[in-house]
Amino acid sequence: MAQKTPEQISDDLLRPLSGVSARYLAAMACLLAIVIAAAFAFGWQVYNGLGVSGLRSPVYWGFYITNFVFWIGLSHAGTLISAILRLANATWRRPVTRCAEVITVFALLIGATFPIVHLGRPWLAFWLAPYPSERGIWPNFRSPLLWDFFAINTYLIGSVTFLLLPMIPDFALIRDRSSGWKQKIYGAVALGWCGTPRQWHRLEKAMQIMAVAIIPVAVSVHSIVSWDFAMAIVPMWHSTIFAPYFVAGAIFSGIAALILAMALLRKFLHLEEYLLPIHFENLGKLLLVMSLLWVYFVFAERLTTWYGNETSEMAVFWLTQTGSYSPLFWTMVTCNFLIPFPILAIKKLRTITGTAIASFTIVIGMWLERFLIIVPSLSHKYLPYSWGTYRPTWVEITITAGTFAAMGLLYMLFSKAAPIISIWELKWGRHEEPVHDPVLARRDEEAMA
Amino acid sequence: MATVNSIYGLFPGPHAAERGMNALRAAGVAPDKIVVMSPEPFEEYGFAQADRPKWMPWLAPLGGLVGGVCGFSLAWYTQTAYSQITGGMPIVAPWPTAIIVYELTMLGAILTTVLTLLIGSRLPNWKPKLYDPEVSHGKILIGVLDPSAAARADLENRLRGAGAGEVKVTSSSAAD
Repeated sequence: MAQKTPEQISDDLLRPLSGVSARYLAAMACLLAIVIAAAFAFGWQVYNGLGVSGLRSPVYWGFYITNFVFWIGLSHAGTLISAILRLANATWRRPVTRCAEVITVFALLIGATFPIVHLGRPWLAFWLAPYPSERGIWPNFRSPLLWDFFAINTYLIGSVTFLLLPMIPDFALIRDRSSGWKQKIYGAVALGWCGTPRQWHRLEKAMQIMAVAIIPVAVSVHSIVSWDFAMAIVPMWHSTIFAPYFVAGAIFSGIAALILAMALLRKFLHLEEYLLPIHFENLGKLLLVMSLLWVYFVFAERLTTWYGNETSEMAVFWLTQTGSYSPLFWTMVTCNFLIPFPILAIKKLRTITGTAIASFTIVIGMWLERFLIIVPSLSHKYLPYSWGTYRPTWVEITITAGTFAAMGLLYMLFSKAAPIISIWELKWGRHEEPVHDPVLARRDEEAMA
Repeated sequence: MATVNSIYGLFPGPHAAERGMNALRAAGVAPDKIVVMSPEPFEEYGFAQADRPKWMPWLAPLGGLVGGVCGFSLAWYTQTAYSQITGGMPIVAPWPTAIIVYELTMLGAILTTVLTLLIGSRLPNWKPKLYDPEVSHGKILIGVLDPSAAARADLENRLRGAGAGEVKVTSSSAAD
């Protein structure tokens, strides 16, 4: 990469934007088919009612809320990680940040649809918005679900602007290198960017301020999602550990998703010279720390519950440790710790393939974690006569599969619309400090004279 | 008669651009007449030093304050407009209100930052007075807006002498 000229960097990173291969079209068709199947399943549910799902008393939160928590957690991949790396001035972040920020925006969009999918009457979703109805009733600000509305929308607006602002110079680059309708579209979204020092200074300052602002918002989003549970007096939910546990889990799954996305982009968009082993190595170390933190949180939560020996909590505890949910629990521990820990801890294994395998298992493990937080507690509440179970139907499974396909589809479409690596930031990172050249200095003095 | 709107040089790199800037300053061109455009930030170099947006970090908290006040007003008005029976607990619940205030404070700060960026950078501006797509091909543009006709030849020579790969003049026709 060191030998690449700025022009070559532009050419390399803009190449994926031109033309589509047969392989690309085939992948798009597969993903689109799954998304259409999910849309059909949702239509089926709307037509027939929530009864077609597996949601029954006492488990009214199943796959949909699991997906909601999972995708909102995954959204921490981008903006939060990118903001932290920006503030820490980590120079290796430059090829990584946009890949990450895109995950955030799409994961948030997908996650935010689930409360609506979960509604019995989704056409009344606008009731969540704070507005006075004809009866003079406003939404209840005491409800954590309304806090979600504010937190997720703030994070979504922040993440979209955090993604789009640094894309303006790259849009200008595409505008100047294209013609016809493409030039018109990119010209419009480039907003007339010229690259004056005034514009660069303000963009840089804006990104610094946004990075400072977005980190507490990201933390608040997943804290509030955790409070959807922790504010309820349900066994194993009503816990002060939930907010930091959820935030740590979100960052954990977010980094894993980022590594997976980077590995796929590197392979399929031929970005081997930009997404280097060092990026995977550094993110792998971060993932290792988060894996340890995750296992620490799980241990702390389980130990506190076990030591308290409270009857209703122990019912849920044993259900997950040795009962009917134990296969899922131990799969989760295997996926989130037992497999990734050795891969990420041993330097020789912390390769691109190694980190991608670890990330893949972590994404599965974190989905299971979200499921195991929600379902066992609801199925075993305080009164044994109300205990029940939950079996997802084809509708929920199809919609869940559709969200993963939608993520892939949106990501693929994005990679054709804009460079997945910030071109100007990459070039900027290659600058050397100005050298003092006595010959040039003499010429300058002569010119000044 | 053709009126010269601008004269500018396209420099291959930052060192040459620095010399071009020095040459224009030496020619006595007023700083507000000098235009610089680059494909990426060159903050380490003198030619790319424009006025620093010192006020931007102050506007963001101000926007946050406005957002926070809006959040509090919304939550307070809502809870008092439809008073629920709270069994002696406060009608305006402090903890939930704090969460709404917090989120809208951050939203206010974020939106203010975006607005100040756009206004401060004078965006959108789809028809800039001077621009050359070569900037996107890695060239650095150093030029002068509305130079006097008499100074044109001198400026052209100075830009070339500083190492401009190309010197261009833009002009528009005007009735005599």
